[in-house]
Parts: sequence; C-alpha cells; structure tokens
Amino acid sequence: MSDAWIIVLAVGIGTMVIKAAGPVLLGGRPLPDRVQRVVALLAPALLAALVATAALSTGNQLVLDARIIGLGAAALAILLRAPILAVVIIAALSAGVARLVGVG
Amino acid sequence: MTSPPPIRFELRRGAITAVPLAIAVGLFGISFGVLSVSTGGMGALPAIAMSASTFAGSAQFAVASVVAGGGQPIAAIAAALLLNARYLPIGVSVARFMPGGRLRRFIQAQLVVDESWAIAADGEGRFDPHRLIGAGIVLWLAWLVGTVIGVLGGEALGDPAALGLDAAFPALFLALLVPQLASRQGVVVALLGAAIAIALVPFAPPGVPIIAAAGAALIGLVKR
Repeated sequence: MSDAWIIVLAVGIGTMVIKAAGPVLLGGRPLPDRVQRVVALLAPALLAALVATAALSTGNQLVLDARIIGLGAAALAILLRAPILAVVIIAALSAGVARLVGVG
Repeated sequence: MTSPPPIRFELRRGAITAVPLAIAVGLFGISFGVLSVSTGGMGALPAIAMSASTFAGSAQFAVASVVAGGGQPIAAIAAALLLNARYLPIGVSVARFMPGGRLRRFIQAQLVVDESWAIAADGEGRFDPHRLIGAGIVLWLAWLVGTVIGVLGGEALGDPAALGLDAAFPALFLALLVPQLASRQGVVVALLGAAIAIALVPFAPPGVPIIAAAGAALIGLVKR
C-alpha cells in the first residue's frame, strides 16, 4: 500500500472514532474542564505552526521567498473578507507574479 | 408545551439552512482537490477517498501540506488527528440528543462538522439531531463534489509550481487560523505554536515541528 493510502485509511478511521466517541461511548457525559480547554487550543496552536512552516521552511531550511509575498496578499484578502478560494488564488497569483519578476 | 416539529421538517430545514455554507465548503473542497493533484501531492483518488471518509477541511489540508513538505506519513496522520481532536467535545455536546442505537449514532456522528453543528444548535446547549443530519448531508456532498471538481480542474492546470501554488498552503491556514484568534489565549497559543515550529525546523524531520507545536495548547491547563 502506498503512503498516500496509509494516510487516508489512518486519518479516516481515526477521525470517525473521534467523532463517534461522544455519541457512541460517552453517551453525553461531559469531558473534564481541563481537557476541554486544552483541546480547544489545539486548533490555534497547530494552524499557526502550519502557517509558519508552510510559509518559511523548505525541508530543514528556513527560507524567505515569494511565498511570504503570497501570504501578505492573503492576509490583506482575509481582512477584506474575501472567500477562502479567492484568498488561495490571490496568494498563488501574487507569489507567481513575484517569481516572474524575479523577487524571491 | 408544543409538540416537537416533525422529523422531515427539521431534516429539510437543516438542508436548506446549509446551502449558503455548502457553497463555501464546495469552494474549499475545490482548493483541496487542486492542491492534492499538484506536484508532490497525494494524488486524485486518495484525495477523493479522504474527503468522503474524513470530511474535515483543516485536517485534510494539514495532511496535504505535510505530504507536500516531504514529511513522513506518521507526521501527517498525527497532525490531522490532533486538529480533529476538537470533534471529541463537539461530539459529546450533541450525544444526548441523538436517537437510535450505537450503529445509528455512529453514522449520525460522522455528519458532525463545525457548520452542521452550528446549524443544529437550539441554544442553551440543546441540539436538533435531524437538522444536524439534513445540514450534514448537504455539506458532505458539497465537500465531496468540490474535491472531485478540484481534482479534475487541477489536472487540467498542468504543473502548478510555477503558478505559485506553494503559497496557497500558508494562505489557507491563515484563513483558518484567523477565526481562532478571538480570545487572547488563542493569540498567545498561536504565537507560541508558530515559534515552537520555526525553532524546530532546522533540527526535526518535516512534519514533526507541527506536531510539537500542539504542546502550546497545554497553556489551557493554566486557569485564566
């Protein structure tokens, strides 16, 4: 089995179990307060790490290239409440244009 | 006390309420499809299978990003499941309103995503399970169809690296991060998470810095 299918299977089954744990196993008993607070903060921690690594790293190298220009354009688009597909396209286009003119 | 509205009414109400959100979810699915068939992506069929089974946007993009960055499968899996951990408390919140036996509840639970959960909320911690199902099905179809369109369109685009598609990932994650920054604790955790990840990039295999950043969430153990 290829790596891609191993990931699809593991993430698919894992997510199904996480989603069903409350309704099937716990039957509505609340989670401890501390657990809830940590779980709620996992999303900002991981998403920020994903922004940082996807924008600033290539393998084990920290690099500044056209991606940072794309990210800046995306930030502007988000501020202007653009829909998510528009944000993505604007980021890709500005990074692409920056490369064409030789920046980054 | 009035009798509860009929089941079909709530199913339809959930589905109709979900339509505007489904358009956004569909567009989001298109970007997932496009990125999956770009250079270094996971490929068309795995992407479609993942949208059908996992049905969770940010986790799927995390997988796509770690894979594109050359990370090990285990790193991609861990990042995705940590992002989906939020469905544990969300699942608990709707659990006591779900009818039926274990199998029926297992299937209903799969239709819980952030948007269907919000549509099903009746206030004061109450949820309508049928509205959740109606909304969940519409959103799932939108996500799946969007992914298929993205996969087909992405293959037509050709080699997208030249287009600057590698800048799409940080842009996407930023768009997903912004709504998480409503509280000061969210901002602090985000900054700490980014700092941990950047500090580890030169030393750790790709993907590992992202998982390590989850440690920033332990700030939640400190009482506010």
